[in-house]
Amino acid sequence: MGSQGGFYQSKEFLDLVKSIGEARSKAEEDRIVLSEIETLKRRISEPDIPKRKMKEYIIRLVYVEMLGHDASFGYIHAVKMTHDDSLLVKRTGYLAVTLFLNEDHDLIILIVNTIQKDLKSDNYLVVCAALNVVCKLINEETIPAMLPQVVELLVHPKEAVRKKAIMALHRFYHKSPSSVSHLVSNFRKVHIMWLHLFQRLCDNDPGVMGATLCPLFDLITKDVNSYKDLVISFVSILKQVAERRLPKAYDYHQMPAPFIQIKLLKILALLGSGDKQASEDMYTVVGDIFRKCDSSSNIGNAVLYECICCVSSIYPNPKLLESAADVISRFLKSDSHNLKYMGIDALSRLIKISPEIAEQHQLAVIDCLEDPDDTLKRKTFELLYKMTKSTNVEVIVDRMIDYMIRINDNHYKTEIASRCVELAEQFAPSNQWFIQTMNKVFEHAGDLVNIKVAHNLMRLIAEGFGEDDDTADSQLRSSAVESYLRILGEPKLPSVFLRVICWVLGEYGTADGKFSASYITGKLCDVAEAYSNDETVKAYAVTALMKIYAFEIASGKKVDMLPECQTLMEELLASHSTDLQQRAYELQVVIGLDAHAVDCIMPSDASCEDIEVDKGLSFLDGYIQESIEKGAQPYIPESERSGILNISNFRNQDHNEASSHSLRFEAYELPKPTMQSRIPPASLASTELVPVPEPMYPRESYQTPVPSVSLDAGSSELKLRLDGVQKKWGRPTYSPATSTSNSTLQKTVNGITQVDGASTSNSRTRETYDSRKPQIEISPEKQKLAASLFGGSSKTEKRPAAVHKISKASSHVMEKSHVPKYSMEVASEKTASVQQPPDLLDLGEPTVTSTSPLVDPFKQLEGLLDTTQVASAVNHGSIAAIESPDMMTLYADTPAAIRNSDLLSGLSNPSIINMPGDTTTTQPMQSSKGPNLKDSLERDALVRQMGVTPSSQNPNLFKDLLG
Amino acid sequence: MIHFVLLISRQGKVRLTKWYSPYSQKERTKVIRELSGVILTRGPKLCNFVEWRGFKVVYKRYASLYFCMCIDQDDNELEILEIIHHYVEILDRYFGSVCELDLIFNFHKAYYILDELLIAGELQESSKKTVARLIAAQDSLVETAKEQASSISNIIAQATK
Repeated sequence: MGSQGGFYQSKEFLDLVKSIGEARSKAEEDRIVLSEIETLKRRISEPDIPKRKMKEYIIRLVYVEMLGHDASFGYIHAVKMTHDDSLLVKRTGYLAVTLFLNEDHDLIILIVNTIQKDLKSDNYLVVCAALNVVCKLINEETIPAMLPQVVELLVHPKEAVRKKAIMALHRFYHKSPSSVSHLVSNFRKVHIMWLHLFQRLCDNDPGVMGATLCPLFDLITKDVNSYKDLVISFVSILKQVAERRLPKAYDYHQMPAPFIQIKLLKILALLGSGDKQASEDMYTVVGDIFRKCDSSSNIGNAVLYECICCVSSIYPNPKLLESAADVISRFLKSDSHNLKYMGIDALSRLIKISPEIAEQHQLAVIDCLEDPDDTLKRKTFELLYKMTKSTNVEVIVDRMIDYMIRINDNHYKTEIASRCVELAEQFAPSNQWFIQTMNKVFEHAGDLVNIKVAHNLMRLIAEGFGEDDDTADSQLRSSAVESYLRILGEPKLPSVFLRVICWVLGEYGTADGKFSASYITGKLCDVAEAYSNDETVKAYAVTALMKIYAFEIASGKKVDMLPECQTLMEELLASHSTDLQQRAYELQVVIGLDAHAVDCIMPSDASCEDIEVDKGLSFLDGYIQESIEKGAQPYIPESERSGILNISNFRNQDHNEASSHSLRFEAYELPKPTMQSRIPPASLASTELVPVPEPMYPRESYQTPVPSVSLDAGSSELKLRLDGVQKKWGRPTYSPATSTSNSTLQKTVNGITQVDGASTSNSRTRETYDSRKPQIEISPEKQKLAASLFGGSSKTEKRPAAVHKISKASSHVMEKSHVPKYSMEVASEKTASVQQPPDLLDLGEPTVTSTSPLVDPFKQLEGLLDTTQVASAVNHGSIAAIESPDMMTLYADTPAAIRNSDLLSGLSNPSIINMPGDTTTTQPMQSSKGPNLKDSLERDALVRQMGVTPSSQNPNLFKDLLG
Repeated sequence: MIHFVLLISRQGKVRLTKWYSPYSQKERTKVIRELSGVILTRGPKLCNFVEWRGFKVVYKRYASLYFCMCIDQDDNELEILEIIHHYVEILDRYFGSVCELDLIFNFHKAYYILDELLIAGELQESSKKTVARLIAAQDSLVETAKEQASSISNIIAQATK
């Protein structure tokens, strides 16, 4: 269509795109692009290129860069283009720079001036284009140059400009909260800025109002308490939106402004979190949305999901929780993987509040866990992670480890490994189980886990579980030693794990007398030899050797060094690593000492004993005394030296300023502390300097009226601010903010509900378990798994080991009984996944079909336009020209009316807003299917004329995306 | 927040990329390679979401073209799916039953439209009509510019304005 849709670029460019489209291999594509780069390099630096040509070159550069090649030689030309007077050319330049440059690029400083000029332009399209660039490219350093102008644009007559200015402000705040506040250091200005923002919340244009929610969301995230007074406003806006008071243009698939609803629900979730009063204001509207939402459409479900998030975040309400649980069960029962995924996610949010809800869905959860879809599986693991208790930790961690072993994605492997470790540390039913679990984690993800985990494990083995049961501890150690000796036989162990092994073998290898010193030392030498590239492991091995020999000597035995050990020592004594060399020399010396001396320096099993360090170096007292008597200056600690305190304070402050921004665009201001108090979210990093203000702010804003009465709110807030300043000086009158008491209250209540949930859970599972029995098709393995996961069933009740660390023996038995069942499951799962390979050849898009039944105004529009197309079908070039004005008038008629429709009054004019085809039935839509086909045939003909042929490689190029 | 938008064809060819968070050219290439490897191989009935490096990537296939958006952990995936669909509907309205070829040859138009839909990684406008109106306003500029270029008197008039 027209110049917008037509292929009006030069033949050269079309050829480029075409040849790349037809390239058979990446190498061929690269060759084409490289020659294109050469051409462009040559052409672009020629003198006096016509603007039109230059524009095309820039677009070609964008194309080249999009394909992953470097087009940096042309950046400067794109920058130059932004300086052009014609918006057309400028727009291309702006597009190119936003795509080329990152916010830290050197060339940005060359654009700042142009942007500043353009922000003042009379033409709103120029201002819009400039604001687009501001959002992408302005960095912390250049924010000061833009901010005042952007703030002014918040009240621009064009809604598109207001919207973009708000988003720019949002971006600034995102980039550097402190500089936004810092910079408009004049208190009043900040004030006016935020005031404008609140006014925009009541903007006539719903788009502007919707955009305002973005920065507000950020502000509220940082400092909830200051915005509690807005709860009522948000609730009333949400109510109006849900009641379809917004213009119909904001409807999306028959839902009233769903994107705005979602944003509002997110904000309410923040504001209601832990605040009973605020939450109570929200119950009605959230309940309404639950009822009204169309659960058959995807967007309806998106809103419902957001409702659940909100319900699980605010102060709990039984009725809403029930609605949320209903929605969740619908999600989980759905065939769509997307909905299942959302259901699992929602479930993991809700179980924090009502843990018993998970049990209703145990089978659904297990189905998701065994699903071939990795995304769904991972989400399910997240849920399991959140519902782990000491009763189900073994099953869950086993499952996680099993999954961890099978995946290659290192990022996720790290995450799941650390989760396993965390759960095992927290809920381990027995020491043996813990050690075995850790072994598995280390063995398969050793290099990905945090080194701290290894240290924890070593300490645990050394200290035992903190019980005064020495036999249990030594049992633990010998089982660890045994398992490590077994594991050492395997090839390629991770370095971290080897360190643990070496350390444990050195410390406890010979402790129980089961293994001889020569056996252990032989193993250690093997380790040092097999992993000769890893110096840390070698160091651990040498130290372990030293310990073993030391223990032998101390117990009065004769030490014979193994021949391989001797060769190792010889090698290390000449090592390039000073650390290894030193250890080797130490070992040599220790071996030469007598039993008593060795026992002193290397006592057996003393790794946990504290080494006393004389921090005051009291043994030097005599020497110091002597020196002072001889006339030496006494030492004064740094903190007691005069003047130091002030200086360090000063430096602190200085540093603070430096970190907030580096370029100063305005003169220095005096009242700094008050300013910081005014910007609660920003000051998070710098609060150390200002002791009081944080709690002050919430109280101010509590008293301010709803900001829709904007001017009043402004003046009162201003006055209150001064109060705050005074209060800051009168520091003794400081009183704690109400919010803290609120939150503690909430906590205790939460605690109670949780306890309730836990105590009822047992009986409930019983019920669900029973009710499930008649369903024969559920496999017994699944039931067992469900029972062990969700803590129900008679089987778990038999388990005395459920309580952490009570009876190790019994839990060990339990563990054994688990093993066979578990492996069987794995087998069955594997066969299942073999049976259903994902169908890669299926080109059909199943989700698309679901959208077709909806009345699509576009298609109807096309149907209307079709007549012109048919008329001009012969001459392809002219189709566009005729068609586009038509389209334009159709668009242009409607918008003027929408602009004035008031959000609060909710008067929308349906007759204007309705699209021409909106009220018609589905019949025209059916007929429009035909023209669509014809349309694409036409285009097909057109591009064939131009020489683009659909090859077997790209049969879908001509397919309608929405078809 | 949306960190980037990718349009990839089934053959793994890049049709459009828009980065709202800073990524170097090298990282961009790597991200595209990595993600197209993951997304293009996924079966048709699986979730439209992929967890990736601590982010989530939401994708949807239209004919032979995959629209992908990378979002934060706590964003609403279903909403993003609808934002993608919203974009496709607007493209469809603009190009008149859009197909991949439209986007190949007019990728800059697709960028302009995207700039009216998303800004700073957030949805800026949820009304199709408003977006269409703004794009139309910009395009009418193109039209007038063309007319003016053809007549010198118009150029003079423009200069003296």
